[in-house]
Amino acid sequence: MLETIIGKLSNPQEVFPYMYEPLSQQLIIFSMLGFIVLAGIAVVGGITYFKKWAYLWREWIVTVDHKRIGAMYLIVAFVMLFRGFVDAVMMRTQQALSSGDSYGYLVPQHFDQVFTAHGVIMIFFVAMPLMFAFFNWVVPLQIGARDVAFPVLNSLSFWLFVAGALLANVSLLIGDFSHAGWLAYPPFSEIAYSPTVGTDYYIWAVQISGIGSLMSGINFFVTILKMRCPGMTLMRMPIFTWTALCSSILIMIIFPVLTVALALLGFDRYMDMHFFTTNFGGDQMMYVNLVWIWGHPEVYVLVLPAFGIYSEVVATFSRKPLFGYATMVWATAVITILSFLVWAHHFFTMGAGADVNAVFGILTMIISIPTGVKIFNWLFTMYRGRITFTSPMYWLMGFFITFTIGGMTGVMLAVPGIDFQAHNSTFLVAHFHNTIIGGVVFGYFAGITYWFPKIFGFKLNERLGKCAFWCWLVGFFVAFVPVYILGGMGMTRRLYHYDASTGYQPYLIVAGIGAAIIALGVVFQVLQIIISIKNKNKKEYRDLTGDPWDGRTLEWAIASPPPFYNFAVDPVVKGIDAFWEQKEKGFNIQSNPKSEKLHYQDIHMPRNTAVGFVVGILAFIFSFAMIWHIWWLGIISLVATIGTLVIRSFNYDTDYYLKADEVERIEMQHQQELARAGL
Amino acid sequence: MNNTSILNQSAHHHPFDGSKDVFGFWIYIMTDCILFATLFAVYAVFHTHTYGGPHAKDLFSLPFVLTETLLLLSSSFTYGLATLSCRDGNKKAVLSWLWLTFILGASFIALEIYEFHNLYVEGHSWSSSAFLSSFFTLVATHGLHVTVGLVWMLTMLFQVRKHGITPVTKTKLTCLGLFWHFLDIVWIFVFSVVYLMGAI
Repeated sequence: MLETIIGKLSNPQEVFPYMYEPLSQQLIIFSMLGFIVLAGIAVVGGITYFKKWAYLWREWIVTVDHKRIGAMYLIVAFVMLFRGFVDAVMMRTQQALSSGDSYGYLVPQHFDQVFTAHGVIMIFFVAMPLMFAFFNWVVPLQIGARDVAFPVLNSLSFWLFVAGALLANVSLLIGDFSHAGWLAYPPFSEIAYSPTVGTDYYIWAVQISGIGSLMSGINFFVTILKMRCPGMTLMRMPIFTWTALCSSILIMIIFPVLTVALALLGFDRYMDMHFFTTNFGGDQMMYVNLVWIWGHPEVYVLVLPAFGIYSEVVATFSRKPLFGYATMVWATAVITILSFLVWAHHFFTMGAGADVNAVFGILTMIISIPTGVKIFNWLFTMYRGRITFTSPMYWLMGFFITFTIGGMTGVMLAVPGIDFQAHNSTFLVAHFHNTIIGGVVFGYFAGITYWFPKIFGFKLNERLGKCAFWCWLVGFFVAFVPVYILGGMGMTRRLYHYDASTGYQPYLIVAGIGAAIIALGVVFQVLQIIISIKNKNKKEYRDLTGDPWDGRTLEWAIASPPPFYNFAVDPVVKGIDAFWEQKEKGFNIQSNPKSEKLHYQDIHMPRNTAVGFVVGILAFIFSFAMIWHIWWLGIISLVATIGTLVIRSFNYDTDYYLKADEVERIEMQHQQELARAGL
Repeated sequence: MNNTSILNQSAHHHPFDGSKDVFGFWIYIMTDCILFATLFAVYAVFHTHTYGGPHAKDLFSLPFVLTETLLLLSSSFTYGLATLSCRDGNKKAVLSWLWLTFILGASFIALEIYEFHNLYVEGHSWSSSAFLSSFFTLVATHGLHVTVGLVWMLTMLFQVRKHGITPVTKTKLTCLGLFWHFLDIVWIFVFSVVYLMGAI
């Protein structure tokens, strides 16, 4: 009876598995619980104390403004980054300790969850939302648009992502998380070997946020193709927008495959189907193929926008047009296409045979060619440029070294013969961290520093940013060079315990020190944000002009933070680096008070709506109900979701017109502010 | 400002442009196409993995599936007629054709449920083999899409009755039409790959 009402929640062993583990594990869980509760009380209490609930609802939760949605993506991604980073430190500590007679401080089933959660969170709930934060912030501004193509869909995507992230965190306290690694390979992830709710949490968290990602991909694809301002042809688009376009194409093509792979795994687990089981004709390599058809392009989904960021940063701070614009575009396009053709290099050991492996190996190596083109383009942009060494440039140069090394170990792994030796060793772990941290993470940090003033109206502290950079760069090599060496010594990934005679321990201790140095970098970054917020109204932080870096592209043509309608007047573009050209010719239609009086028009704006938020909440409830087999709640929340969408479809009053007078008033206010500051 | 002035303004300055919505929806359909392509690929691999159980040849009745096919194809035809009436601005005809499409689509779903039920009763469930898992998943995913289309069609029946043929309802009908015809094309592949090739 109880089971019909609350499903698997009626079984305390499932709900609180850690209560049946040694005391040390409970201490870890409860100290974390305490931290979450304290943080929660601080946040909720703070909002209540400052009476900000109504403001939060009105200005943020129901917003369809792409800039605000981008800011929310950033905040949630940072919270998740903290969580994923704590997981990393826990793993490094465990491995450094767990040698010989010592078994470290984690029990195996806890360690399994930690390495799974680390991978899942870093890719799905940190890198993806950071990328969407950039898409939201930058793409509409760079193409001179007022919003994305489908603002409400954009808000829905965001809240679905939040629902997924929330699920991944709820699993900390209620039940467990997946033990099966970040891609949940069957047959281990099947119900026979993973009977707990952990894998179900994984499936639903990734599925729900994945659907959000797919809708964002469609949204930005349509935005870029349909909403560019007059004169902005495809070959005049800023490179970041190009990479966002290619990344969106990848998302649209690969995420349906992930949806299917996870759905089929779910059918196996929930409905006793036999896609990937070891009997009844199932085949686990089907899952591995499907998931890597998604998974390999996914790394390009993440890294292409980072390449776009580097392109913007290097041109701006070298005060030169990007070297080889057209080759950059084509290199991006070639990477987009090639990324679909290499997935089998993730499992050369499957037994597909020499021919298949040779084709995939060679295609993999070919990807390094367009990537090399990009590296040379950036180097030649810097050559004879008038370089300012701001912290985004530091990240760029750190990226050159780190990413190139990662690329070279990648080409090594692309040789099937080497891969047979290095497969699933920590050499691989070091390789992909080398590319993802060196490529994606450094790029996104550069992007955050670069565009932060545009979105929030003040710059980040440069000095602390550079300290953070040095800690990250040094910490990265201290942490991962030993991991390369360990791979060569034969250490497998996800290792819980090893014999003292292996000689792994000294290297793992060094790697742990590396993680500590990176942690110091994170401390600097937190300090950087706090100090910058504290000083945001000071002259050296405040960005009044909207163009703090002497930028080249359209987003710098308007105020920081931009008014909610972005551009008061539709910009007209005549070449690459449109804003730079405007400045060279001495006019700026957006903000120059001396130019002739602008003719403002009514602006068509979408109305805010809670539909995205409501569906996000319902998706969370639905997933939670499905994870715990509370069928009635699942049905109710599903019906409520459909009902919400149907009711929304009956609403024809979804937009309004902002009057020209109002636009003029807001623009004049900004001009007066500038005049007061003497600009 | 009152409502009429906003409407007048909008009619004057910015006529409703649904081209972005139709394009976006078309792109969504392409992603859906990939979803189906993946399921077809899975079926293509697994259709021989019967684990000693029955093959497609032993299970499906072609005349029955032909009836299903004809129902769905004619529903696509009637939807086409609805689109033509929509172009003429004939609200009444649009509503009639939509109802007919709805009935045909619902009959298709009814037959599909009957077929699944029949298989289940005869002891061929999705748990029997990888082949049957992939069969049920592929065909039911199509059926689920058709069901979503039916719910959407119901909402459109009410919206057209309430608002008439406006640029907004027209755009929505265009999107639904794309969806409906797309499902027809997918069904033709299901019919050929699953049933016809299975019968050989």
